Amino acid sequence: MKQFSLALVALLLSFGASAQYKTGDKARDFKLKNIDNKKVSLSQYKQAKGFIVVFTCNHCPWSQAYEQRIIDLDKKYKPLGYPVIAINPNDPDVQPQDSFEEMKKRAKKFGYTFPYLVDEGQDVTRDYGASRTPHVYILNKEEAGLMVRYIGAIDDNTEHPDQVLQHYAEEALQDLLEGTYVRNGNTKAVGCTIKWKKS
Amino acid sequence: MRIFLLLLLLSTSAVQAQNIPIITQADLYTLLAKNDDTLRVVNFWATWCGPCVQELPHFEKLQRNHHDKPLKVILVSLDFASQLQKRVVPFVKKRKLTSTVVLFDGGDPNQWIDRVEPRWSGSIPATLFLYKGKRIFYEGQLSEPELYQYIQKIKKQTP
Repeated sequence: MKQFSLALVALLLSFGASAQYKTGDKARDFKLKNIDNKKVSLSQYKQAKGFIVVFTCNHCPWSQAYEQRIIDLDKKYKPLGYPVIAINPNDPDVQPQDSFEEMKKRAKKFGYTFPYLVDEGQDVTRDYGASRTPHVYILNKEEAGLMVRYIGAIDDNTEHPDQVLQHYAEEALQDLLEGTYVRNGNTKAVGCTIKWKKS
Repeated sequence: MRIFLLLLLLSTSAVQAQNIPIITQADLYTLLAKNDDTLRVVNFWATWCGPCVQELPHFEKLQRNHHDKPLKVILVSLDFASQLQKRVVPFVKKRKLTSTVVLFDGGDPNQWIDRVEPRWSGSIPATLFLYKGKRIFYEGQLSEPELYQYIQKIKKQTP
């Protein structure tokens, strides 16, 4: 019985560990549907040095406030090896504005330069441990695999892009590009809750 | 002086719904640090946040049912400060909210989220229950029974 409960604890711990990435964890690849109906996985990007994975969506005003900044991140860092991969984690039954059709419209209207994927099963969102939109994960290709090197905010001022003092995500990317460790690997930001499927 | 005005505002229950002060980080910490016989329910929300708006009536009802008791609901709006007159004021007026409403313009969330509550990931709604030095934090939407459960729980908790 004691052994059984120990095994149970170990099992629960392993679930806990895999259920939510922390910086330094190895990220798993995924295969999700893009707005052009084609599947996208990270392993397709042979030349990439890493990724800026952004959980974001259509309806959330904080996501909208960051939309142009996400496009700018992609434009600046894709040529340097770190493209943006946007994932909409929300269940459209809970938030109809985040439906696949609305994703297509939004990406077209605002000229997304990156894939905008839908996490239909919400498994990737659960694995990464994203809790809000926008929520940024910067991944880095290393010998050990695809490592999570930054989790958090894009910068320190959602409302006023012109008053940003700390560009958290960019600072992490600069650290990675310079080959040093990321000095500030975790930040917090306010965001909209993930709209989980109602079970 | 500013903090004094804020406290004055927060301590009167008959606040006009239209007077919604903008509060800073320091103001918020002062509010959260209050340690008296009043049970405070501090709810972080925004006008456009669906789950927040859904749970608002529970907080309103709670405040109405406890109007003569030492219980205060404080609705801390995280709407952008520039939206105060355009969105927050009309919203509060239309819904005839009687709980105290403030708009929190705290700057970099990375500075204050952990200080408000280390377990808070930053999503809203999120609610803090504060009573005689005790605190309970909940991130997510509360049903009415859940809200009352937390009220009972913090009352019974030993500090």
